[in-house]
Amino acid sequence: MSLAAQSVTVTRDKTMLVRDVSLAVSPGTFLALLGPNGAGKTSLLRVLAGLEDPASGQVSYAGRTRSQIGRRAFGRSVAYLPQDGRVHWPLPVEEVVALGRLPHGGALVDAAVRRAMDAAEVTHLAKRSAGTLSGGERARVLLARALAVEAPILLADEPSATLDPLHQIEVMTLLRETARRGAVVVAVIHDLPAAARFCDRVALMKDGSLIAEGAPRQVLDEKRVAETFSVDVVRFEHAGESVVLPWSRHGSANSRQEASKHER
Amino acid sequence: MTPKRLILPLALACLVVGLFCVSVAVGYAPLDIGAAFDDLLSGRPSLSALVLAELRLPRAILGAAVGFSLGITGAALQGLMRNPLADPGVVGVSGAAALGAVIAFYFGFSSTFAMALPIGRLAGAAAATAVLLILAARGAGTVVLILAGVALSSLAGALTALALNLAPSPYAALELVFWLMGSLSDRSMVHVALALPFMTIGWALVLGTGSALDALTLGEEAAESLGFPLRRVRLRVIAGTAAAVGASVAVAGAIGFVGLVVPHLMRPLVGHRPGRLLLASGLAGAALTLGADIVVRLIPTRPELKLGVVTALIGAPFFLFLLIRLKGMER
Repeated sequence: MSLAAQSVTVTRDKTMLVRDVSLAVSPGTFLALLGPNGAGKTSLLRVLAGLEDPASGQVSYAGRTRSQIGRRAFGRSVAYLPQDGRVHWPLPVEEVVALGRLPHGGALVDAAVRRAMDAAEVTHLAKRSAGTLSGGERARVLLARALAVEAPILLADEPSATLDPLHQIEVMTLLRETARRGAVVVAVIHDLPAAARFCDRVALMKDGSLIAEGAPRQVLDEKRVAETFSVDVVRFEHAGESVVLPWSRHGSANSRQEASKHER
Repeated sequence: MTPKRLILPLALACLVVGLFCVSVAVGYAPLDIGAAFDDLLSGRPSLSALVLAELRLPRAILGAAVGFSLGITGAALQGLMRNPLADPGVVGVSGAAALGAVIAFYFGFSSTFAMALPIGRLAGAAAATAVLLILAARGAGTVVLILAGVALSSLAGALTALALNLAPSPYAALELVFWLMGSLSDRSMVHVALALPFMTIGWALVLGTGSALDALTLGEEAAESLGFPLRRVRLRVIAGTAAAVGASVAVAGAIGFVGLVVPHLMRPLVGHRPGRLLLASGLAGAALTLGADIVVRLIPTRPELKLGVVTALIGAPFFLFLLIRLKGMER
């Protein structure tokens, strides 16, 4: 199921949060929404998830709008993983993950739930109470919950922000694999190196507008990153892949030194 | 529902039926239940048939129905608000219902016709419900609805106090205070007929929100993304609670702590899933209220202890005990 936003604008209390963004993501693609805080990434993601109606423009899913798809079917088609997810009642982990099956008719611990727990590596926590999980464990359990929907479109808001390096890599790999299996995966990500490494495409946003969109190597050049994030990056090749590392505030002495070192 | 999950609701249902029978059997007038039923069914206008039909049965039916209403709405509100301290009283309908009764009493309607008090309470509850529903329909969030409930309760409380303040005689004030305490004594089938339709509507509205309340465990955005439109869920829970609790308060007055405590009692047995708690809490609420109403009649005090006083007397310390024991479990 492809995902397309056409001229989407989001306003709240007369402030324009997203300006005229058009974006098309085809199945099998892992797209990162990048941009500094307040760029409108989460607002755009919420509109894509159908949680908010755009002030103008529209979002289509395989050519159909949310109302054409219908509420229940939409719940099965688009899975959404919110930022700082909480589990409000201390349910056992497997029951939390099983909530992802609700759009399919009931929250039973079925094969899809077990697949999702395996994929997110939380099977060993299945019987644990969600109230006893660490922040990282909870993030993975909630990711498993979103995976359990087995939706053709997965939208995740900072899915790896609270994880340790190992689990960041694991979660990014998992999201890439989910895309490889034919899903559209769109995630808000703050970690530039991770986005550059794992995503097929990145969309760069600033002040609500889409600045650039395409393969990470093309989009994340020094000049554009400096303009968008006000940071200077260090770029180098490692194992045949391009690494983009934010290094210092744009234009600071430190970054000039670094840049000149690289020049030499 | 797997057979294992049916065991507890079935056991609770049996308990409710058992307590219902005890409630019919217990009372101040000695009564041969068998003979009374015979007389009632064959239409013989004996005294025992009258006691059964006009006193015992309505009291037991109302005990079960009021308890079910308080239990199920308590569980639903805790699920909706994702807060274990929510109670049917927070939506403000109880306070408004009491005010309705006070107004009916104050302006002398209650001396002109007997059903003025319950109808006044129902009108008060309906007015509070209307305010909440207007807010919910306009898309007010859960916090706004709680605060609106608090505001309505405070306003109703202030107006009730005003009525007491201006009461023409200390005797009138005392009678008002008595009316404000919850009780099931001297209720008739008219009360049952008045309350049961509203309660049934309320139960149906609330029971239908089970899956949505489960989804809300993940927060409002995730629940919405799973296909549960929050505005409609809020509307259903608030309308259902207002109907069931409004009708309960209309016929029985304020019966505290049942709605708050019962879901806590059920969680160790059925788990924390809000949807699964609904039916169990309703049944346990019915059992608890019937049980307390039996105790009230067995304690030989005159005047009879008010049911609302007893549930609060048992409920409040018990709730404190639960809080101490569960410390650190809720996050």
